[in-house]
Amino acid sequence: MSAHPRAGGVTTLLRLDRVACIRGDRLLFENLSLTLRRGDALWLRGPNGTGKSSLIRVVAGLLRAAAGTVERHERCALIDENAALDTELPLRRALDFWARIDTVDGHSVDRAIAEMALAPLAEVPVGMLSAGQRKRAAMVRVIASGAPIWLLDEPANGMDDAAQARLVAAIAKHRANGGAVLLASHFPLGLDDLHELDLGALA
Amino acid sequence: MTALLALFWRDLRRAWGSGALWLPVLFFLLVATAFPFAVGPDAPLLARTGGGMIWVAALLAALLPIDRLIRPDRDTGVLDQFAVRGMPDEVIAAVKIAAHAIGFGVPLLMALLPAAALLAQDMARVQTLAAGLAIAIPALASLAILSAALTANLKGGSAIGGLLILPLAVPMLIFGAGMLDPSGRGAMKLLAATSLLLTVIGPFAAGAALRGLRE
Repeated sequence: MSAHPRAGGVTTLLRLDRVACIRGDRLLFENLSLTLRRGDALWLRGPNGTGKSSLIRVVAGLLRAAAGTVERHERCALIDENAALDTELPLRRALDFWARIDTVDGHSVDRAIAEMALAPLAEVPVGMLSAGQRKRAAMVRVIASGAPIWLLDEPANGMDDAAQARLVAAIAKHRANGGAVLLASHFPLGLDDLHELDLGALA
Repeated sequence: MTALLALFWRDLRRAWGSGALWLPVLFFLLVATAFPFAVGPDAPLLARTGGGMIWVAALLAALLPIDRLIRPDRDTGVLDQFAVRGMPDEVIAAVKIAAHAIGFGVPLLMALLPAAALLAQDMARVQTLAAGLAIAIPALASLAILSAALTANLKGGSAIGGLLILPLAVPMLIFGAGMLDPSGRGAMKLLAATSLLLTVIGPFAAGAALRGLRE
C-alpha cells in the first residue's frame, strides 16, 4: 500500500491485528489483519452476512473485537444505515449540530454541502428528504467532520448516478488530502487504486 | 465543552420543541384535578392529603417521558455517532440527565402552582412542596435516563421502565411528603441525601446501560 507524500509523522492511520468478531454465537471472521495508510482505500466485499458491517463497527469502536487489537491513530467518521440527523430540523441546522459536536466551523459545512450538491435543500426538514438525499446528507456530515479515517458502510445505497459520481469525487479528494477510506459495499463504486478484502473468502 | 453544550441544547430543544414535554405536565395537572372529584370538595381534607397527592402525581408524571429520552437517539444512530467520536457514555448520560432535569423540572415546578391551588394548599405548604420537588428533580431525571437507557432495546420498554423507577423513587416520595409534616424537620435533609445519591449514581449506571445497548 502506498504512503502519501503529505503525511508528516504517522502514515498508518489504522491497523487491525488478528481481529476476530463474534455476533450472537456465530464467528464472522478471525485472524483478520489490515493496515490503512494515508491515501489508501480498502473495499470490503462479500455476500450478505459475512461481517462487512460488523467489521466497520469494530473499527469504529462500536463493537468489541472478540480477539486481536484495533489501533486507530486518527479520528473516524462513520456512515451507516442511519443518517443520525434530527428529522424535525431543517437539513442545515441538523448538520450544524454535528459541526458543533466536531468543533468545525460553518464553512466546512458549506463546502461539504456544495460537494454533495445539497444547497437547494438546506432549509428542507430532514424528515422530508428521500433515502438518497439523506445518504448525501450523512455524507456531508462525514466530509465536514474533517476526520482522516472514513468508515463508509454502503454509502451509495439509494443514491442516483449523479450523487454516486459526487461521492466518488469526494472520496478521491479525501484520499488526495491524506485521508483513508474503509468502504463496505456490494460494488466497487468505480474508485481508482482500490484494495480489496473479500470477507466471503475468509469465512 | 462546546460539544457538550450543543448536546445539552439539542436535548432541551427536542424536549420543549416537540410538545411532548407538556404531556407529563398536563398529566400532573390532570391528577390534581381528578383528586378533588374523587374525595369530595372538602377543603380541610384536601389541604391535609393534597400535598402527598402532588408528590404521587409528580412521580407518575416523571415516568411518562421515558420512551423518548434514549430510544429515538439509539434508533437514528445518534448514540453510535457519539461513540465513534469517543465521547464517554457517562458524559453523554450526565448531559442528558441535566437537560432532562431542566426540561422536565422547570415546567413541573410551574405546574405546581395551579395544582396546589386545586388541592387547597396554603402558601407555606406550596413553598415546602416546591423546595422538595426542586431537590428531587435531579434524582428523578437521573432515574428516568437510567431506566430509558436500560429499556431502549426492549419492546414496550416504557412500561418496564416505569416499574424500574418506582421502587427506587419511593424513598424520595416518603421523605418529600414527610417534609409537609410539621414534625418532619429532618425529612428535607434525608430527601436531599437520597436525591444526591441517586443523582451521582445516575450518570455511571446510565452510561453502563448505554454501552450495553451497543453489544
